[in-house]
Amino acid sequence: MRRFTLIAVPYVWLLVLFLVPFIIVFKISLSDTALAIPPYTPTLDFSSGWEGIRNFFAGLDFENFKFLTTDDLYWKAYLSSLQIAAISTVLSLLVGYPIAYGMAQAPDEWRPTLMMLIILPFWTSFLIRVYSWMGILSNEGFLNQFLLWTGIISEPLLILNTNTAVYIGIVYTYLPFMILPIYAALEKLDISLLEAAEDLGCSRLTAFWLITIPLSKQGIIAGCFLVFIPALGEFVIPSLLGGSQTLMIGKVLFEEFFSNRDWPVASAVAVILLLILIIPIVLFQRNEQKQREAEG
Amino acid sequence: MRRFSWFNATSLTIGFLFLYLPMVILIIYSFNESKLVTVWAGFSTKWYGELFQNQAFLDAAWVTVKVAVLSSTIASVLGTMAAYVLVRGGRFRGRTLFSGMIYAPLVMPEVITGLSLLLLFIGIGLDRGVLTIVLAHTTFSMCYVSVVVSSRLVSFDRSLEEAALDLGCSPFEAFRLVTLPIIAPAVISGWLLAFTLSLDDLVIASFTAGPSSTTLPIKIFSAVRLGVSPEINALSTIMISIVTVGVISASLLSKRALVRQKREERAAEQTAD
Amino acid sequence: MAQTVFAPWLDADEKPLIQFKNVTKRFGDFVAIDNLTQDIYAKEFFALLGPSGCGKTTMMRMLGGFETPTEGQILIAGQDMKGVPPNKRAVNMMFQSYALFPHLSVFENIAFGLKREGKPKPEIEARVEEMLRLTRLTKFAKRKPHQISGGQRQRVALARSLAKAPKLLLLDEPLGALDKKLRQDTQFELMDIQEKTGTTFVIVTHDQEEAMTVASRVAVMDEGEIIQVATPADIYERPNSIYVADFIGDVNILHGHATRADDGYDIAYAEGKAPLHAKTSNDLGASAKCALAIRPEKVSITAKKPAKVTNAIKGKIIDIAYLGNLSTYHVEIEGGHMIKAQTANTTRLERRSFTWEDTVWLSWTDTAAIVLEG
Repeated sequence: MRRFTLIAVPYVWLLVLFLVPFIIVFKISLSDTALAIPPYTPTLDFSSGWEGIRNFFAGLDFENFKFLTTDDLYWKAYLSSLQIAAISTVLSLLVGYPIAYGMAQAPDEWRPTLMMLIILPFWTSFLIRVYSWMGILSNEGFLNQFLLWTGIISEPLLILNTNTAVYIGIVYTYLPFMILPIYAALEKLDISLLEAAEDLGCSRLTAFWLITIPLSKQGIIAGCFLVFIPALGEFVIPSLLGGSQTLMIGKVLFEEFFSNRDWPVASAVAVILLLILIIPIVLFQRNEQKQREAEG
Repeated sequence: MRRFSWFNATSLTIGFLFLYLPMVILIIYSFNESKLVTVWAGFSTKWYGELFQNQAFLDAAWVTVKVAVLSSTIASVLGTMAAYVLVRGGRFRGRTLFSGMIYAPLVMPEVITGLSLLLLFIGIGLDRGVLTIVLAHTTFSMCYVSVVVSSRLVSFDRSLEEAALDLGCSPFEAFRLVTLPIIAPAVISGWLLAFTLSLDDLVIASFTAGPSSTTLPIKIFSAVRLGVSPEINALSTIMISIVTVGVISASLLSKRALVRQKREERAAEQTAD
Repeated sequence: MAQTVFAPWLDADEKPLIQFKNVTKRFGDFVAIDNLTQDIYAKEFFALLGPSGCGKTTMMRMLGGFETPTEGQILIAGQDMKGVPPNKRAVNMMFQSYALFPHLSVFENIAFGLKREGKPKPEIEARVEEMLRLTRLTKFAKRKPHQISGGQRQRVALARSLAKAPKLLLLDEPLGALDKKLRQDTQFELMDIQEKTGTTFVIVTHDQEEAMTVASRVAVMDEGEIIQVATPADIYERPNSIYVADFIGDVNILHGHATRADDGYDIAYAEGKAPLHAKTSNDLGASAKCALAIRPEKVSITAKKPAKVTNAIKGKIIDIAYLGNLSTYHVEIEGGHMIKAQTANTTRLERRSFTWEDTVWLSWTDTAAIVLEG
């Protein structure tokens, strides 16, 4: 009996507040927009019995999905989200790997401190961290002031409200997600493997390329997914740092819902985003599983 | 003894400058006299004063804390239950769906979670307000709690529970007297995680909040959309300071406890029998 | 006055405390315990001995109530244990990892089970004090488990499981985590405590020396079956199979053909060699194939062929393992077999008489070797 309660309480909670809402989203994505409250038809009408249910299903169609393919705003937004997420992921890897490597090579007594410094931003507000770049990247911001002062540029660079600012924002906020799995992989790396490689005639650089990189592969893959997946549906960064021409699907969905009040289209956008996300999520799961198996 | 190589020292320095410089600049300029956020016009704490005069911010802060305390507490209970079911529950019908529902919210874009919950609340005719935000936050943060707690439960020596049963505990007593006190640190860090997630959340709260229940992130977002504001700098500084003090003292405390335990263990081995 | 030997298993009137009746335990397709029937008597110190995966731990966990038999019955004091959960059994267990509650002091750990019974406080305290004295832990009562040494932790675990005065105490590799020297001391302590408290002990171990030292009877297990149950001396001197002979201690095995002769068998082990003779009351039945098991310490090694000895074989010393108190000679006999012979080093090393490549005679009496089915 107790066991039943133990399972049932969290189970029912998640069913009602996680699974059922998705079914609703899916259902509304098949509905039509209407000037009503709620702003879509058909609504399920149990009072008229079977007739109501049949009318309800008859009213559902894939029109919203067809609409998404006809208006090029949407597929451009999907493509541009994928592109921005992919570029940011690569940039995060380039920035994060040397840091993770440096941490793994650091003297033992330094490591807890470095670790804490990586984790600390996790606990500070995401919104504030994104916001902090607004003052730096704006036309009269610190970066431009600094570059003008050094004389590298004579005209302020336009960075804020461009895709570049979005890349910087994503790399900045998701960097710990990239660093931690790579660090975890590099930390386990046995130094004597590198010594053995050098002993067998590798230069340090080839030893790094032939030993360190392959042995940290799982960490790199995990880190990339941990950046790519949330970046794809990102809303805050493109709306604060990106410009009007920055198209990201999270932003489109938000605006479709709140500004245009087109719930069925917003729902259809969400369903497609979910379908796109399933691929990297499944790949990520498989990577994690492989790692667990490798560790026994 | 390993030392920093030239290369590693450089990459770490640049890396940490990148991570911390924006926040440091933000903090410095929160003490700027000028309204123009990029021009330094002398030291002042006037924006802090104005912040505490701003009733709208204070109200939003109160709503946020209320939501965070409630949702993280419920999430800790539900998340611990879910973790126990996942790790110790054995087989039951629908287990795969259950573990799927635990892990899915971790990777779900916030816009989708927010949208779907809003549509649910409208569908069942629940007025948007503190209650709906609490329900929404509890749902996604219980998953984080259950991940934290289940990773502790996995490394938990099962024979401790069996010993409790063997010594006459009912399964529930074994959980209350043995399992719970031992996993308590994990439950507490789960609670803290849920608490900060709730404090931080903008997107889901935007979907599920009503007009009378604006949270601080919503307030900050609508303020900074228009550009950098010195008041927000002051508010950010306060929030960053609280977190920094919290994280540093927590890590110092746990380090001290670990060192003491190590020392006691060594001492115990030396004075054997 | 003749000392009474403790052997309730020989007494037909004695009622067993524990009865396994045709117990089978399967985990999926894997058969952990295969149709096992065994009685264990009150006040016994019963050892389950075998390699890992032989089912000994499963047997113990079924007694504790942590596993339920797939088929068959387990009775404790005549009562069927089916459906009785661990917390309702008058059985306590000492866990391999000790499973001391890290958040409770030594005192609270020992008092844990007593508190669950709802005994009055003074009674609990008196009992805990008694257990602390018994296990020499009085001055550590206030410490937490991580503040005491491994040996002390082992004694806390023992005190905690004995505190409720169970009818039956189960010990899962109780000494496995201790180093060798401490383990030997603790073995005697365990026997002492078992005698003082009069509790029935069932111990699981993979260490044959440990089983031989502490147990009144040893059950040698393999692949879910009990191969032999006997006193330590009988297990060693009269193993019932090659498996048992080989598992307990060191043994030479010679395969051959047996033919009945006088009060035992003549065993032809190699063509053209005189057969070896062994006395036995065993009946090999129709099977003529057999194995002869001889312990190395029962083989004497001499330079000349000894007179008046039943079995003597010539051979050449190939290897000598010097172990300090003992030396083991590896002797190759004609026909290519290797026989180990062990002698006690009662004289100093430099006066030892044999060295490599020496031709020697190995001999043993007709009662030294055991004839087994092979």
